Amino acid sequence: MPNNGALPGPDTITRVVLDNGITVLVYENYAAQSVVLTGALTAGSLFEAPEKAGLASMTASALMRGTEQHDFDTLHASLEDIGADLDIGAGVHTAGFNGKALAEDLPILVNILAEALRQPVFPPEQVERLRGEIITGLQYRQQDTRFRANRAFRDALYPANHPYHYSTRGTLQTVPQIELGDLHSFHQRYYGPAGMIVVIVGAVKAQEAVEIIRAKFVDWHNPAQPAPAPLPDVPPVDELRRVAVTVPGKTQSDIVLGVPGPSRFAPDYRAAVLANSILGQFGMMGRIGEEVREKLGLAYYAYSSIEGGHGPGPWSVSAGVNPANVQLAVDSIVKEIRRLTAEPVSDEDLADNKSYFTGHLPLQLESNEGIAGSILNIELYNLGLDYLLKVRDEINALTKDDLLAAAQKYWNPDAFVMAVAGPE
Amino acid sequence: MAGVSRHQLDNGLTVLLKEQHSAPVISWWVLYRIGSRNERTGQTGVSHWVEHMMFKGTGQFPGGDLDKMISREGGTWNAQTSMDYTAYFETMPADRIDLALRLEADRMVNAQFEPEEVESERTVIISERQGAENSPLFWLGEEVRAAAFRVHGYHHEILGDQADLETMTRDDLYNHYRRHYMPNNAIAVAVGDFNSADMLRRVEELYGTIPPGDLPKLFQRPEPEQQGERRVRVERPGSNHFLEVAYHAPAATDDDWFKLAILNSVLTGPSGMGGGSVDNKTSRLYQALVKSEIAADVDGSIMPTIDPYLYDLVATLRPGRTLEEAETVVEREIERLRNEPISQAELDKAKKQARALFAYSTERVTAQAFWLAFAENFESYTWFEHYVPRLEAVTIQDVQDVAQRYLRPQNRTVGWFIPTGNGATDYEGEE
Repeated sequence: MPNNGALPGPDTITRVVLDNGITVLVYENYAAQSVVLTGALTAGSLFEAPEKAGLASMTASALMRGTEQHDFDTLHASLEDIGADLDIGAGVHTAGFNGKALAEDLPILVNILAEALRQPVFPPEQVERLRGEIITGLQYRQQDTRFRANRAFRDALYPANHPYHYSTRGTLQTVPQIELGDLHSFHQRYYGPAGMIVVIVGAVKAQEAVEIIRAKFVDWHNPAQPAPAPLPDVPPVDELRRVAVTVPGKTQSDIVLGVPGPSRFAPDYRAAVLANSILGQFGMMGRIGEEVREKLGLAYYAYSSIEGGHGPGPWSVSAGVNPANVQLAVDSIVKEIRRLTAEPVSDEDLADNKSYFTGHLPLQLESNEGIAGSILNIELYNLGLDYLLKVRDEINALTKDDLLAAAQKYWNPDAFVMAVAGPE
Repeated sequence: MAGVSRHQLDNGLTVLLKEQHSAPVISWWVLYRIGSRNERTGQTGVSHWVEHMMFKGTGQFPGGDLDKMISREGGTWNAQTSMDYTAYFETMPADRIDLALRLEADRMVNAQFEPEEVESERTVIISERQGAENSPLFWLGEEVRAAAFRVHGYHHEILGDQADLETMTRDDLYNHYRRHYMPNNAIAVAVGDFNSADMLRRVEELYGTIPPGDLPKLFQRPEPEQQGERRVRVERPGSNHFLEVAYHAPAATDDDWFKLAILNSVLTGPSGMGGGSVDNKTSRLYQALVKSEIAADVDGSIMPTIDPYLYDLVATLRPGRTLEEAETVVEREIERLRNEPISQAELDKAKKQARALFAYSTERVTAQAFWLAFAENFESYTWFEHYVPRLEAVTIQDVQDVAQRYLRPQNRTVGWFIPTGNGATDYEGEE
C-alpha cells in the first residue's frame, strides 16, 4: 500500500482551543507505537532582569525537581519506569516542553507535565543541586571555543537593553544571584494557560488526546500573566566590529560573524532563508562550504544560518579553522557575502534551492518529532493549518530579485559583528 | 521486526529490504566491512579519510555536483566511519531514490582520489581532529582507549593519529579503497516506501555487474587479557575534572553483551537507539554521584562491536569535588553490583526502557536501515530483530554474574582529566 504522500493539513490536524486559552493540536500517526508531546508557554528569558540572567531557564529546569504530588525521585521514576522522557527548558521568548512515551502511556506523561507546570514546589536542596549543575555546565562552556565565540558575537550584536544580548543559561556571575523566591515568583507570574500551545503526535486517537489535556489543564487560570513587552530596537551595525576571546590551550579557532536577521514574521523571511541556503547551506554548506572547506581545505565546518524566531535573531556564518587560517577564512566568507549582496543568484542556484526546500518536506515529516515541531511552528507563528500544503507554492513564487533584496536589506559586507575564540 | 528480506547477488553483495509505507521516504545504506579496528600503525585514520574522499566525486558524478544533486531532489546524505565499518547513506523522497542507488553503485568502484583533492582534504581532516582536541573528553577518551588496548586496533581514535594524518599518501588512501570497496565486502539496505520486487530488480541492474574482488586478509590482533588495573592522567588547560572508568567488555554477539546492557541501564540509565532517549535520574550512579553533588552528570555506554570493546563510564565533576571522591563512589556501586543482586523492579524497568527505545528507533526509516546494516555487519540483521527478546531473557542472576566476571579492578582502565593553568578562574569580562 504505497503512501499517498499526504502532508498534515486542516483535514488531518485536530485543533481545539480550551476555555482557558490553551491551544491543543493533535496529529494521528500509527507508523510506530510511540507518541510525542511538545509545546510552549510564554515564560521565556525576556521576562528576566539582566542581573538575574538564567532565571527563566533555571525555573523551567527546576519544575521537574519536585511537585506537590511527587518528590524528585518518584517523579523521575514514574517516567523512567515506563521508558518515557520529559524535558522542560526555556528560550528567550518561550519556555518549552518535549516529551516522548509509548502511545499507551500518554496519560502518565500528560499527568507529569501538568504537575510540573502547575504545582512545582522548588525543593530548596534540589534547587541548590540544580544550581551547582548549571554552574558546572557554564564552567565547562567557558572552555568551549564555539560557545565562547557565539556568546561574544551576540554580546556585541545586541545592545544591553535587548534580551538577545544575554545567554538564556545565565552567567557565572548571575546564576549565583538567583534566589529560591525568584523561582517561585517567576513561576507564579509567567506560567499560565494564556498563549500555551500543546502538540501531540503519534499512535493516539485525536479526540482522546484532546480530552486527556482538557482533563489536566482546563481549570488552570493565572490572571497575573502579562503579555510580553515589545522588543527594543536593535541599532544597525554600521561598521566592522571585531571581538577576540582567548581560550588557552586550544587547537582550533571558532568564528561567528553576522548581523541581525529577519524574524519569522518578516515578509521577506522566506526570501532570506532561500538566499541563506545558497550562501551557506545547500549541498555541502552552500557557497561558503564550497569555498572555505572544499576549495581551500581550511575548515571542518563552515556554514550560515538564520535563527528566524519571534524577533530579529542573527543571520550569521560560523566556521572552525586552524588559528593560523582565521583571516584567510574570514576573507573568503566576506567575499561570498559581498557576492550575495552585489549580484542576483543564478537561475540554476534559484531552481536548485527551491527544489530542495519543496522536495525536503517529506523527510522533515518522517518522525513524530518532525511532525510535532512543524505543527508547533505553525501555531507559534500563525502560519495557518494549511501551511504545509501551500508552502511549496510560496517558495516557487520567489524571484532572484526577492533574494537579492533580502540579502541587501540585512547584510552590508563592510559592516557586521565578528567574534573569534581560540588560543593566544 | 517483520518483513525484512535478505538477498545475495551473484557478485556477493548482501541486500536487505524492508518495506515501510508510513511516509513517502526511502533510506538507502551501503556499508563496507572495514573500519579503524583494521588499520595498521602509520595508517591510522585511513578509513575515515577515505570516507571523506568518497564525497569528492567520480567521472559520472563530479564532486561539487553530488551534494547539489542530492539536495535538489530534497534528499539528505551522509556517511560514518566507525571502528568496525564505513557506511554511506541517502534518505530521499521515495520517487527520487534512483539517484542514490546509481550514486552508491558508481562510487563503489569509480572514486577518483585526485592528488590535489587528497591534499585539500588533509587539512580538513586535521582541522576535524583539532576541533575534537578542543574538547577535554576527547583527550581523556583517546588516552583511556590507548591504555586499555595495547595490541588491538581499537587502541587508536577513528580520526587517526596526527602523525599519520600528516604523512599518509594518496596511494595509501587509494589502495585502502581498492582493497575493501567491492560488492562482496558490502551490505546494502533499503527501508521505506517501495515495492521489494521492483527495488531488488533495480539493485541487481545497477550493482549486479560490478565484479567481485579478492577479499583482503584483515589486519587483526586480539587483545591479550589485561593483567591489572591501568591508570592514565591527562593534564591540560580546562575548567572541570572528568573521571572515566573503562572495563573490557564482550563483543555484541555474546549473550554477556546483553547482560551488561541491562546492567548499564541499572547503573547509569539506558542508551538510546536513535529516535528518542530516556533520562537516567533514577539510575544508581546518578543517585550516588549526582544527587550527592559530587558530579554534575554521569553517563555509561556499552557499544555493540565486532571484537570485545569497553564498558565505559564518564563523570563530570562539580567544582571543588575530587576525582578520588568520585572514584570511591563508582567503586562502591560496582562492588554492590558484584555482591548483591539487583531488584526485580530495576530489571523490569530496564526491560521496559529497552522496549520503548526500540519502538522510538523504528519511527524513522533512516534509523531502521542503519540498524539492519549495522547488525548484519557483525552477525546478521536478526541481531536487531532479536534485540528486545534477548534483553528480556536476562535474569537478575545474569546481571550479578557479568558484574563479577567483567567489572573487576584488574580488567579496568581509570582515566583522570585534571585541568591545569588558570582556566578554572579566568572568567572575567566574558560571558
